[in-house]
Amino acid sequence: MNYHNVRTACIYCGVGCGMHLEVLDGRVVGVLPAKTHPVSEGRLCIKGWSADAFIHHPERLTRPLIRRDGVLESASWDEALERVAEGLGEVRSRHGPDAVGVLSSAKCTNEENYLLQKFTRAVLGTNNIDHCARL
Amino acid sequence: MAGLVTAFGSGAMTNSIPDLEQADCILVTGSNTTETHPIIGTRLLRAQRRGTKLIVVDPRRTQMARCADLHLRQRPGTDVVWLNGMARIVIEEGLTDEAFIAERTEGFEELKQAVADYTPERVEGIAGIPPEALIQAARWFGAAERAAIVYAVGITQHTSGVQHVWACANLAMLTGNVGRPGTGVNPLRGQNNVQGACDMGALPVVFPGYQSVGDSQIRETFAQIWKVHADGARRQILPTNPGLTETEMMSAAQRGRIRAMYIVGENPAVSEPDSTHVRRALDSLEFLVVQDIFLSETASLAEVVLPAASWAERDGTFTATDRRVQRIRKAVEPPGEAKPDWQIICELAGRMSARGEWSYADPSEIMAEIAVLTPIYGGVSYERLERLGYLQWPCRDFDDPGTPYLHKGQFARGLGRFHAVRYQEADELPDDEYPLLLTTGRIMFQYHTGTLSRRSPKLEQEAESCFVEVNPVDAQAKGLEADERVRICSRRGAIEARLQITDRVEPGVVFIPFHFAEAAANVLTNPTLDPTAKIPEYKVCAVGIEPLRG
Repeated sequence: MNYHNVRTACIYCGVGCGMHLEVLDGRVVGVLPAKTHPVSEGRLCIKGWSADAFIHHPERLTRPLIRRDGVLESASWDEALERVAEGLGEVRSRHGPDAVGVLSSAKCTNEENYLLQKFTRAVLGTNNIDHCARL
Repeated sequence: MAGLVTAFGSGAMTNSIPDLEQADCILVTGSNTTETHPIIGTRLLRAQRRGTKLIVVDPRRTQMARCADLHLRQRPGTDVVWLNGMARIVIEEGLTDEAFIAERTEGFEELKQAVADYTPERVEGIAGIPPEALIQAARWFGAAERAAIVYAVGITQHTSGVQHVWACANLAMLTGNVGRPGTGVNPLRGQNNVQGACDMGALPVVFPGYQSVGDSQIRETFAQIWKVHADGARRQILPTNPGLTETEMMSAAQRGRIRAMYIVGENPAVSEPDSTHVRRALDSLEFLVVQDIFLSETASLAEVVLPAASWAERDGTFTATDRRVQRIRKAVEPPGEAKPDWQIICELAGRMSARGEWSYADPSEIMAEIAVLTPIYGGVSYERLERLGYLQWPCRDFDDPGTPYLHKGQFARGLGRFHAVRYQEADELPDDEYPLLLTTGRIMFQYHTGTLSRRSPKLEQEAESCFVEVNPVDAQAKGLEADERVRICSRRGAIEARLQITDRVEPGVVFIPFHFAEAAANVLTNPTLDPTAKIPEYKVCAVGIEPLRG
């Protein structure tokens, strides 16, 4: 039996409460508040205490999906990425880079948001990138 | 954000969450803090127990409003009116900080003129706030040694949202409440990393660190570090024209101007206003790829769906609402073949272009590149975060301890700027056909479009279905009974929900939470945007209600 805690920050609102994920044999089994966090000081709200509930949810996506004859079906990463590169590339070459739009996410890390805007500007060649800041 | 940038020179929360407790008076508006930011709510109430005056201005009698020393109940969409009214009282009664105004601001005379006709009586007429209450609030706020304003999307999600923010900034500057602990103008960000997504330039007009895409010098710097000069030539290839916002992209898609979209971890089919049209827009795209951890309503419309790792399965950083950059850490492996978003983006970039550098061993290397290109993150590194726990930007170099509160001694833009703002009615107000005013929001037990929170049995148990709050007066007039199913309709669509009869809302106003896809409040809402900040008017639209019983 392997049990340990991993220090992280909550996924829900913008307060950024400190928490530990309790890991037992490769699965997250619970959440503990972080006493030393300067903002949350060992407290969490009900969403924070439930932040682990979706991690091992049976509906998690586990494989890329491609639409074939109107239905989403499992595919390999190689096929899926090729289809995306083609799909985005085709629209860009036929209608120009500004015919493509990208939405990033407040759920993504800083590093991922950075890469996605870099991809949008440097690879696609458009400034059409936004996220849900306004919503 | 756009509002605070022009007033102060930075759009972020001016102060830190812990230092708000040092305020002698806290004005909370457009924020249901104890439900949507519970840990900040707890801190504000703790401050109140120690003697801080707590003023809440909100159309709903929220838990926060019930606890407040003073609750002003404005009609939704009239925030300029009561804020100008408070500014007028502060000026009339000599509660301004004259030295601060003289040394640190500009535009005071114009402001003074603009607020002159917002008398307490006029404020009562438009906003419905009694004069005694408004005067009391202005006196408490104006007389406090340290006073802080806290707001959230209840202030910004209006067609005049930027004016609302300016009016908040005006009040803070009039009373000299910027640049010290326990003061400031403090927008609370709703999502864990909205602040970071903005900081990182996931916005149509700026690179990371709010550096304009229109500035050729800045484009040159990015092109060099990104190694995207075409074939080694000096020709600049980064795009110069501003891009479209999320809501603008949706209408461009309907007009056939946007033909393909790449959507990462977002669910616009539920979160956007007038969502029936948004679904149609997404359906009409030639190509849609969605990257997410669940098959969301948006993902189910895609051509390709890419499975992403959750936050427990990857390393990285989030930036909290008070500019606090913090680590998240991988605890477990992603399920099946799911991968962290950063890896997926790099693999896709590698496939689509030979240009640029896309090989990073881990997210710490990405942060190293961010620090080089983003002056406000210049001193952020994984090594320092490991050692210090967090860093608050601006943090300009590796010796910079970070910045707990902004605008100390001087505003980021030099002088703070007063904006003379005038009241403008909401875009769509109740009429004979749609007689009630709908305002939307969040509740304690659910989160945003519910993709995450509705998969928690504990949270679903607390709040499993959509409801509409209606005042007893309106319920009686319509012959509606508690807990019955009702139909709510606007010019854009209709949904069904359970009726909650409550005085949390005033007569004429109804409230619906927007978390529930099967009864999505955003079927009803008005997509008209604030012309500057491009924020939709989620907080005001006209609706009608009828019972469902045959």
